Amino acid sequence: MKKFSPETLLYSETHEWVAVEPVGGDKVATIGISAFAIEQLTDLVYMQLPAVGKHLAKGNEFGEVESVKAVSSLYSPVEGDVVAVNDDLPKNLEHLTTDPYGAGWLIRMKITREDSLAGLMDFAAYQKQCAEHG
Amino acid sequence: MITLARTPLYDWHLAHQGKLVDFAGWSMPVQYGSIVEEHLATRSSVGLFDVSHMGRLRFLGPQAGKFLDGLLTRSALKVPANRVRYSLVTNDAGGILDDVLVYHLTDGSSREWYELVVNAGNRDKIVGWIERHGGSAPEVGFSDETLATAMIAVQGPLAIERLDSLAIFPLAVGRLKYYEAAPTLFAGQPALVSRTGYTGEDGVEVVIAAAAAMSLWEGLVQAGGRAVGLGARDTLRLEAAMPLYGHELNESLDPFTADLAFAVELTGRKFVGSSTLSDRAKVADHPRRVGLELTGKRVPREGYGIYVGDTHTGTVTSGTFSPTFQRPIAMAYVQAEHAAPGTAVWVDIRGSREAAQVVRLPFYKRNSSP
Repeated sequence: MKKFSPETLLYSETHEWVAVEPVGGDKVATIGISAFAIEQLTDLVYMQLPAVGKHLAKGNEFGEVESVKAVSSLYSPVEGDVVAVNDDLPKNLEHLTTDPYGAGWLIRMKITREDSLAGLMDFAAYQKQCAEHG
Repeated sequence: MITLARTPLYDWHLAHQGKLVDFAGWSMPVQYGSIVEEHLATRSSVGLFDVSHMGRLRFLGPQAGKFLDGLLTRSALKVPANRVRYSLVTNDAGGILDDVLVYHLTDGSSREWYELVVNAGNRDKIVGWIERHGGSAPEVGFSDETLATAMIAVQGPLAIERLDSLAIFPLAVGRLKYYEAAPTLFAGQPALVSRTGYTGEDGVEVVIAAAAAMSLWEGLVQAGGRAVGLGARDTLRLEAAMPLYGHELNESLDPFTADLAFAVELTGRKFVGSSTLSDRAKVADHPRRVGLELTGKRVPREGYGIYVGDTHTGTVTSGTFSPTFQRPIAMAYVQAEHAAPGTAVWVDIRGSREAAQVVRLPFYKRNSSP
């Protein structure tokens, strides 16, 4: 299982992380939920993820994660097509807590609009957002 | 920016990773770590709850009982000495303004008084209601003691044993019967202990002077009590099917619809709302408060619609994933014809139909009662 280092990732305001890697001539984004957001949610009970092949515009809802306290939507941080889904994750929600940047990945997307990466935060900017707004 | 009120235990919550949120204008811990762990600790051992945000109203005057009798759905005058009753405050239309605990207290001498514990979010409203109905008269002797005191709930199957082994109070709390109360002392100051709670477990609620709260709390933590936030307080009370104001109860619902007929005494009494409630008592065709159980993992949340076939029959008022039963549960109002236990319904969970079944309340009942 590939493990990303949080300092190298991009982040959305809604706490999804994005790892962008070149694959062939394409750019592929691996997407997950930040450790900060998982720690805020606590007591996870349920997760829904999309099917491979789904096209998502930036900001589209692609799934949800439910805790004892509340349900939160997951929003696509980029525009592209879903090319892989972590189907093991809904059965092993503890991976979100124990390994949020590895086994806790959610989906992989082939980026179809590279300018959809604009506006994502780097690690320092994201840390600042977490400290200021939660 | 509004400054949130702080309980006398605020510094402790902050120092122990309490996640503080705005609850009815108070900065309160929703959880310290895992809601599920706090919930299960209360079900299996001892949970400690800072409930100092609840309103504590005192009535010391000779007319206190008579005054309260005119505002409560249950007779205050008939509450025996050192007993507690669950009651409601209703408006002229019979709508529920608040659900409260009324304490009739005596210290063994001739001193006799009443206390009312009201919801934090309704405290201003109820204080205003009391004043509007003549509560400022000297013979009522009304005062709001909320800020001068603290309130701690000690709940769980080991709560009584722990309290008595610590000998915190000059009385054995194990001798109190369910919904019995006793004025006592803590740290040389007047205190109040009652065998009450909002978790479905055995235990007590303690009112003490604000300045003494930290030493009591820390003593209870050292004795093995686990601090529990409002998150688990909500899942515990939901399993026990206790209504929560603003969710199961509000001003447009009457006590009969809310399945709280036991808390309404109409015979030979007059109180605000009693004439309307006398008429309402005869109406059988009203929505019912029911329990719902689901088989999947998705949780029916407040406001979600409930259907039988294509008929909208009601709305969820509280829902969670039950830590005890490991499945989604909810309380809801549905039409009377769909309220029988066993009725199959479905809940619209964000656009998808999830099968649910009406079940008898409460979801959770402890094995033995004191």
